[in-house]
Amino acid sequence: MFGYTLRRLVGIAPVLLILLTVSFFVVRLAPGGPFASARALPARTRAELERLYGLDRPLGVQYLDYLDALAHGNLGPSYSMRDDTVAELIGAGLPVSATLGVAALLLGVAFGVAFGVGAALHPGAVLDRLLKLFAALTLALPSFVTGPLLALAFGLWLHWLPVAGWQPDAPRFLVLPAVTLALPLAASVARLMRASLLEVLQASYVRTARARGLGRARVLWHHALRPALVPVVSYLGPAATYLVTGSLVVETVFELPGTGRYLVQGAIDRDYTLVMGMVLVYGLLTLLANLAADLVHAWLDPRVRHESP
Amino acid sequence: MSRPERRGRGGLRGAALLLGVLVLLSLFGPRASPYSYSALDWRHLAVPPGFAGEHWLGTDSLGRDLYVRTLYGLRLSLLIGVLASGVSVLIGVAWGAAAGWVGGRLDAWMMRVVDVLYALPYLFIVLILAALFGRGNLAVLLVGIGAVGWLTLARVVRAQTLSLKRREFIEAARATGLSGAQVLWRHVLPNLAGTVVVYATLLVPQMIVYESFLSFLGLGVEPPRASLGSLINAGARQMLSAPWLLLVPATVLVLLLLAFNLLGDGLRDVLDPTGR
Repeated sequence: MFGYTLRRLVGIAPVLLILLTVSFFVVRLAPGGPFASARALPARTRAELERLYGLDRPLGVQYLDYLDALAHGNLGPSYSMRDDTVAELIGAGLPVSATLGVAALLLGVAFGVAFGVGAALHPGAVLDRLLKLFAALTLALPSFVTGPLLALAFGLWLHWLPVAGWQPDAPRFLVLPAVTLALPLAASVARLMRASLLEVLQASYVRTARARGLGRARVLWHHALRPALVPVVSYLGPAATYLVTGSLVVETVFELPGTGRYLVQGAIDRDYTLVMGMVLVYGLLTLLANLAADLVHAWLDPRVRHESP
Repeated sequence: MSRPERRGRGGLRGAALLLGVLVLLSLFGPRASPYSYSALDWRHLAVPPGFAGEHWLGTDSLGRDLYVRTLYGLRLSLLIGVLASGVSVLIGVAWGAAAGWVGGRLDAWMMRVVDVLYALPYLFIVLILAALFGRGNLAVLLVGIGAVGWLTLARVVRAQTLSLKRREFIEAARATGLSGAQVLWRHVLPNLAGTVVVYATLLVPQMIVYESFLSFLGLGVEPPRASLGSLINAGARQMLSAPWLLLVPATVLVLLLLAFNLLGDGLRDVLDPTGR
């Protein structure tokens, strides 16, 4: 298990390096630059600024400089928000984004597993049909539709929850964003859980356990649930990718001060270092989340460990 | 066994009907109104829907007719969805068929690339690309979102190609003296058609969502043009004073996605041998 973890962890490095390299050059390829904005600076000021940030040097040198700074833990200054470094901006936004992501993950998985188990226990019954409807609807309702609709219903019409915004230590502001982000996740998890539990319940060892006189609840809890969770766990990798992308929409809809807004705004402003910082953070986050999902998968299912990674 | 299948066919027919209505509406619906999608009507600003007035579904804050704009947005979303799926299908089939047909090291390497790409928040990269190069540039948009959707298709096509490769009729075709490329083109690819059609149908709603997502973030089509995503974005900003600006395009988008998803599921029951 330790060897497997180590191998997989080392495997992340080249992927991250490729991602950073491609992003670095693609971002620089775009027309315009951080100081070629609408409110034009005098040519001398601009040249001076570019010299200050090293933007006048050859691209290859800039690339190596960036990697060198990165290796020393320095993400560089932000070109568009010149009072802050990229690390400060990310440090300020990441707690909000992370809270949202974790809340949505817990909510989605808990609700999805419960819903899926309930539907699998009585196939064809009300709960099962509800699940089908729920799954079909969430497929047709992307978060940028459910978000505003939920805000309209619960915020503007019912006045139960805040429409948008964020205050630290006020979980009310988290409810609608987290639910919006969790809905598609819950639907996917519930469908997977239902299908896999139905399959496990057919297995002969479940029948044997029942034949030995164990009650339904006991068999479910002690014998069926753990193997049935394997597909759900291996789905957590793609789910992490979804959460990372989805949080961007949800942060925009509910105007949360997370990191999501920096990505689009940074790219529009040609704030090279900020975009690179975002690519690094979100890339690392998805890769690590996929790794974590694989590790839990390997722990649940020993066969995975012994395949080559 | 016959009941679920019949029910699947019924769903298929319903989905095809709904989709047909939406396509016809997007093509001919705007003609029923005298207004164009960009015409400003200063006498009717932010009018709510109502059959009494000239604007059936109301107007936005600039007095543009919401009925015409929604159908116009529907047309653009459909067009982009279908074309981007085309891009995805081209890449996915080429990649998957090549990997499955050639096999060996090339196959291992190509599938490794797919695995790596799977783990990346790919839409993020498209987002950056759209912000950098393509605000309002439809070609960048098409290729960008089309390049997101091919991964699953590549995997499915590869698996199917692998299993076809071992079938007797492929061996027979080889025995008649056809070259590898000829066998691939004439015998393998046609046998993939069913699967590809199913996945392409399921790709279209995904692509529509991606496009709407980019437009929602202001990176897709530029005003005065509209897609369903940009309409929903504009509507969400004024949902207190004019909720219909959000509700109308959102409803149309949901119906469109529902139709495509149901169509794809129905087609899978009929066409795809692996889905059963």
